[in-house]
Amino acid sequence: MQSRRETLKQSAVLAGLLASAGFPQFALAAFNKAGFDAKTVADATKAYGATSMAESKDVTITGPDIAENGAVVPLGASTTLPGVKQLLILVEKNPSTLVATFYVSDAVEANFSTRAKMGQSSDVYAVAIMADGKALWAKKEVKVTLGGCGG
Amino acid sequence: MADPMRIRAQAAGGKATVRVLMSHEMESGQRKDAAGKTVPAWFIQEVTANLNGKQVLAAEWGPAVSKNPFMQFTIKGAKAGDKVAVTWKDNKGDTRTDEATVS
Repeated sequence: MQSRRETLKQSAVLAGLLASAGFPQFALAAFNKAGFDAKTVADATKAYGATSMAESKDVTITGPDIAENGAVVPLGASTTLPGVKQLLILVEKNPSTLVATFYVSDAVEANFSTRAKMGQSSDVYAVAIMADGKALWAKKEVKVTLGGCGG
Repeated sequence: MADPMRIRAQAAGGKATVRVLMSHEMESGQRKDAAGKTVPAWFIQEVTANLNGKQVLAAEWGPAVSKNPFMQFTIKGAKAGDKVAVTWKDNKGDTRTDEATVS
């Protein structure tokens, strides 16, 4: 007779296997809730398995110096380094720090842009998580005239 | 069903720049309606892109991505005539796929 706990554990393992079987190249493609619930840059990065963090000149964050409308702030992250697994875009002072995660494959360049909402003026981060678990980041300050959250 | 995405893929120098404009409310879960109740979050969670049927990109988004999201990325080795398909899935389980040809 199996206890409920064992059954749950097994089904979790099975779900993990199924997820990785469906996406051999993107093994982590299940939605990372912990990362998106994180309140700090460090926590969000850790949720993606990073073990150490360091600032790097080879990671670039692009964005405006002053954003008039916080609901639409164009942000971009890129890196020239080989061996990048994921590129994260984060806004430090948002209710949830993480904006978007891009899984880098051999077929795409590690250069992504999107538009984000920003509640207030804040530092924005680009974090590149390398295959060896190192997280390399760059930051930039963006001043927001009109906030894009709440209202 | 959501409105179609606008996808533009342009090849230059052995790679293709893909720009995608999706149509989605991207409700953050932070806003309150006139009655003071929080509007539940409704946002695109997963985005994937395929080149000629082979997956090249996966992304996870949070509610902090703007309404009617824009995304730009570059596919190496894509040439004119290749098919780029982009799929999104939101936190209510809605999904949409649109395809464009690299020009």
